[in-house]
Amino acid sequence: MEVKPSIARGSTRRVLIPALTVCAGMFLFGFALVPLYRLVCTHVLGIRVDDAPSAAAVSAVDRARTVTVQLMGHVHSDLRWQFAPEQSQLRVHPGALTVAWFSASNGTAQALTGHAVPSIAPSQAALYFNKVECFCFTDQTLKAGESRRMPVRFAVDPQLPRSISTITLAYTFYENPLAAGTATVAAAPAG
Amino acid sequence: MATHAGTHDDHDAKPGFAQRWLFATNHKDIGTMYLVFSLIMFFIGGSMAMIIRAELFEPGLQLVQPYFFNEMTTMHALIMIFGAVMPAFVGLANWMVPLMVGAPDMALPRMNNWSFWILPFAFVLLLSTLFMPGGAPAAGWVMYPPLVLQGGDSIAFMIFAIHLMGISSIMGAINIIATILNLRAPGMDLLKMPLFVWTWLITAFLLIAVMPVLAGAVTMLLTDKFFGTSFFNAAGGGDPLLYQHIFWFFGHPEVYIMILPAFGIISEIIPTFSRKPLFGYKPMVYATASIAFLSFTVWAHHMFTVGLPLGGLLFFMYATMLISVPTGVKVFNWVTTMWKGSLTFETPMLFAVAFVILFTIGGFSGVMLALVPADFQYHNTYFVVAHFHYVLVSGAVFGIMAGTYYWIPKWTGHMYSERWGKIHFWNSVIAVNVLFFPQHFLGLAGMPRRIPDYNVAFADWNMVSSIGGFWFGLSQLIFVGNIIYTVYFARQKASARVWEGARGLEWTVPSPAPHHTFEVPPVILPGMLAHDDVSH
Ligand SMILES: [Cu+2]
Repeated sequence: MEVKPSIARGSTRRVLIPALTVCAGMFLFGFALVPLYRLVCTHVLGIRVDDAPSAAAVSAVDRARTVTVQLMGHVHSDLRWQFAPEQSQLRVHPGALTVAWFSASNGTAQALTGHAVPSIAPSQAALYFNKVECFCFTDQTLKAGESRRMPVRFAVDPQLPRSISTITLAYTFYENPLAAGTATVAAAPAG
Repeated sequence: MATHAGTHDDHDAKPGFAQRWLFATNHKDIGTMYLVFSLIMFFIGGSMAMIIRAELFEPGLQLVQPYFFNEMTTMHALIMIFGAVMPAFVGLANWMVPLMVGAPDMALPRMNNWSFWILPFAFVLLLSTLFMPGGAPAAGWVMYPPLVLQGGDSIAFMIFAIHLMGISSIMGAINIIATILNLRAPGMDLLKMPLFVWTWLITAFLLIAVMPVLAGAVTMLLTDKFFGTSFFNAAGGGDPLLYQHIFWFFGHPEVYIMILPAFGIISEIIPTFSRKPLFGYKPMVYATASIAFLSFTVWAHHMFTVGLPLGGLLFFMYATMLISVPTGVKVFNWVTTMWKGSLTFETPMLFAVAFVILFTIGGFSGVMLALVPADFQYHNTYFVVAHFHYVLVSGAVFGIMAGTYYWIPKWTGHMYSERWGKIHFWNSVIAVNVLFFPQHFLGLAGMPRRIPDYNVAFADWNMVSSIGGFWFGLSQLIFVGNIIYTVYFARQKASARVWEGARGLEWTVPSPAPHHTFEVPPVILPGMLAHDDVSH
């Protein structure tokens, strides 16, 4: 085999520049996926991403119909908080995005973490009651003596059966001792 | 380390410790540092796995709080993927790619120093979260919003650590591409390169294509959490599902990043100990390239249960199953290479044969998971855990161990203890099956992953799996012992060729490989390469 005397060194730059360009391009591609995702879903696959409950609520409000939403708030006996809705009932049009406010206060001398568990009556209505944002999605920690207003943003699906005219949304706040313990548990590495 | 007392070493004799390691630009030194780093991370991640298996030994909560358990599963995955497996492969590439293509060093030696030294900082950032109030990230290594965003501020540390690891991998990948494309010795045509070089070239392309996508995804998490953006926040018009699409666009190629270099190592070892050239060299190269290409088209098989349209389910199911074709070609070629060969079973070969068998089991459970209707049942169960541990532990990790035993005589100039290598192998290979095979049954019976407590119906197999886990963990101490023995205490000198059937340029330099090799490009003689008798 005939061997050339010197090593076949190409210019490193010829590799470096395209490679860095690919990197930058792929980083941007990650962000381009945000609009692309929407475009592909809507125009190629026919999924109406914008038909998520919030958007649907804005677009198709059934003004001819009114549903009563009753709000209730309970606190489980282990958690020494006050917790109640600001209004006991709301009258909403199906499809309309509505905000209801609850307020909680911690009258004790220590920080407490609670987690609200929702329940909807009648149970058939649960399928048509879309919570877009809710304080019940996460733990709530109140410092000693702290009070807080907490929103739940929801829309009633216009498909709600005609037979249902009143929906009750009830929350029960439970203490979450695990979450309160999280900081101490994690700080000690062996758990 | 007394490993570099080579003949070409006299002009830079005895640099200081910092000079040699902190400012290292030599590909062999950097390779060694990568390998040592990865071994340390393997044990840190492994001890987290021990905590997980100890908690799962019996139903009920005995040892740790559930939140800490979640921290362990999350950190175990991040450390094993980004700290153990990937740096080990980069370390092997640093050591072996220049030797295999006849290059004097990596193409960008100073960048090489950077890409290694970023890693310890990244992992100090990541591990420090364990000691923070609120604890380490606990939402799983996939970091799905909204759950991950409900974690404490430690997720910022995790995200910056991932950015650093990404930068390190990208620089490493560019370096490897530049070395392979520019510094090959004359006569080392692309289609004469050893398969380890080929698989790493393709892996490096995957890395520069997908690590930036991961960086983008975690950047969006960061701004969603701290700067009020709503990429993944439904209340602000975003979509949490979008994250899963972006993440798995990175995530699926990532699994091939973690297995293709192992394919390369196995493709070096099996011909050596079969004393035959690799069967179907070119199909192996093309199979690797098509696996890499297809890996960009299958990401949504991780998301079958999110509510994809039927067309999407079918596309991703068929595309995923298509990957088993080139993978099957590889397994077939390894088996055919062994067919009628003069086989001997030294430790590297034992690990390589176990790799072929156990990786194939992982491949089969992968095909089962690719079936949409079946996946609805298996999704997020221990069946998935069993599947990916078969391909990652008895696949990637066994590949790394096989490569270590295969090349350590070249690195150190001494033979490892064959007896203890075999003891390590048999313990590992039995323990890994005791550890992971029962997890198939648990998953099929419906045990979900990432839980600290479980129904008593799952008790027996969990106990078996935990026993296998402790056994496997302890067996790895033999591995470390053998490495320390080889580096510091072994007496038996290794010859340049080391293995009777070994071919390729790396076996033409003395053992231990001198600090500087191929400063004059080697002359490639007929029969010197493993693949030069491939017909064109
Ligand atoms: Cu995948």
